Amino acid sequence: MINKHEKVEKNVGLFFIFTIFAISIGGLVEITPLFFQKATTTPVDNLRPYTALEMEGRDVYIREGCNVCHSQMIRPFRAETERYGHYSVAGEQVWEHPHLWGSKRTGPDLARVGGRYSDDWHRAHLLDPRSVVPESNMPSFKWLAENTLDGELTGKKLSTFNFLTRNRSHKDEQGNAIPLYSESEISGAKAAVKGKSEMDALIAYLQSLGHALK
Amino acid sequence: MSSFWSIWISVLTLGTLVGCYLILRMCLKNFAGVEEGESMGHSFDGIEELNNPLPKWWSTFFLLTIIWGFGYLLLYPGLGNFEGLLGWKSSNQGILNLSESKASVINAKESGMLVQYDREVAAADAKYGPIFEAYAAQSIETLAGDEEALKVGQRLFLQNCSQCHGSDARGTTGFPDLTDKDWLYGGSPETIKASIMHGRKANGMMAWSAALGGEQGVKEVAAFVISLSGREVDATAAEAGKAKFAMCAACHGAEGKGSAEMGIPLGAPNLTDNVWLYGGSPRAVETSIANGRAGVMPAWDKILGEQKVHVISAYVYSLSQK
Repeated sequence: MINKHEKVEKNVGLFFIFTIFAISIGGLVEITPLFFQKATTTPVDNLRPYTALEMEGRDVYIREGCNVCHSQMIRPFRAETERYGHYSVAGEQVWEHPHLWGSKRTGPDLARVGGRYSDDWHRAHLLDPRSVVPESNMPSFKWLAENTLDGELTGKKLSTFNFLTRNRSHKDEQGNAIPLYSESEISGAKAAVKGKSEMDALIAYLQSLGHALK
Repeated sequence: MSSFWSIWISVLTLGTLVGCYLILRMCLKNFAGVEEGESMGHSFDGIEELNNPLPKWWSTFFLLTIIWGFGYLLLYPGLGNFEGLLGWKSSNQGILNLSESKASVINAKESGMLVQYDREVAAADAKYGPIFEAYAAQSIETLAGDEEALKVGQRLFLQNCSQCHGSDARGTTGFPDLTDKDWLYGGSPETIKASIMHGRKANGMMAWSAALGGEQGVKEVAAFVISLSGREVDATAAEAGKAKFAMCAACHGAEGKGSAEMGIPLGAPNLTDNVWLYGGSPRAVETSIANGRAGVMPAWDKILGEQKVHVISAYVYSLSQK
């Protein structure tokens, strides 16, 4: 009988195809169906779009890599929900592009940090974390208070999010999709953020986190 | 989940398990056309590949994991809409608001589902619930004399309040010291509890720079305000500031004793006790007057619930009673 093993071992192209096939099964089973589930594409009732300032703050959060040390994903364990609040659900994340779940907690989870501390606290904490939490090892983000937003791209960001979430927005009573941002919000975005500091934007973003389920 | 995706998942998952078994079976047979233990016909540097069979222990374990896989998929939710024979799941998903979340806990219980998270919470509630119930039935003053309750309160304080007020509750610039008798909104047990439950948003000390005619006016009022605590200041400046203090009296009172003294929840501090939330140096007082201040205490009722706030209130109340 012919040695079938030898065929695969000595034919790189064939081996490549078999490998792709084998490793894609996991993704096809575990990831693909999620794109089409109601639970992962329907926003929770109270979800509201980020304001222009919060949207800019979110970009600061991404730029500074906050998600490297802070997760935004409360797992369904009592130890977590006692500290952070209701566990995260898929419907809170349907407008996130990209999601900022993170995978590591050097600092605490931030999924529901909004409203937990005052703006003043966040400002003090971002300028000098040790001034309010002596044992903290978070770096200082002083420059955020000095950098000013010009808002040139804010409107574009909002309309991009309208596009990205076009099939997953809230519906009105007739069942028509309500875009996240109206025309006037998009055209007024620049004025809404111009002159504000990156610190203001980041704090506004942090204060918005987790609003939909608490 | 639609039946299409349910079938998609089931077919791929079960197909993979069956496929693994078939490959394993195939590999256990000798298709090479070479006797077991004989050379496969290629060697390198004198090292030859022999046609050895798969180790018995390895292939047996492979087979066992496949059997385990089928058993797992039978008991636990893995195949699309099939919920598994145990009726187990990690948590209730697909909820759109908090009342749905509460309802899903009850539904799961009635339909006999084993929701891991719900069970964990129920077990904790059974253990700790009665303790907090008992505390809730007592007044804050009584709890403030209960060593055990204070320990619980302190633990809760350290986890939730120390970020702003400090682990010793002595506060820091902008965040009040809770151990003294100087209260922005009043220090009675009920007022403390109300402050924690619903939060406090200071009406806001306005920026007075323009109204006071710029830097000079601010300096004069600052001098007068500092003099209220009996500290030495430039007498002329303080005298000039005194005339302007009428504007401040609306919130801080004619004598500067603060809004709590008048029984009004404005959060305007007592200016006569030499306790300074934002610093007591002439420079700091001038900054406060010129630019205004607006402290915020977040509301904790939804985060912690009334019973826990009750115990924390007792702890905070006890701190100023020592």
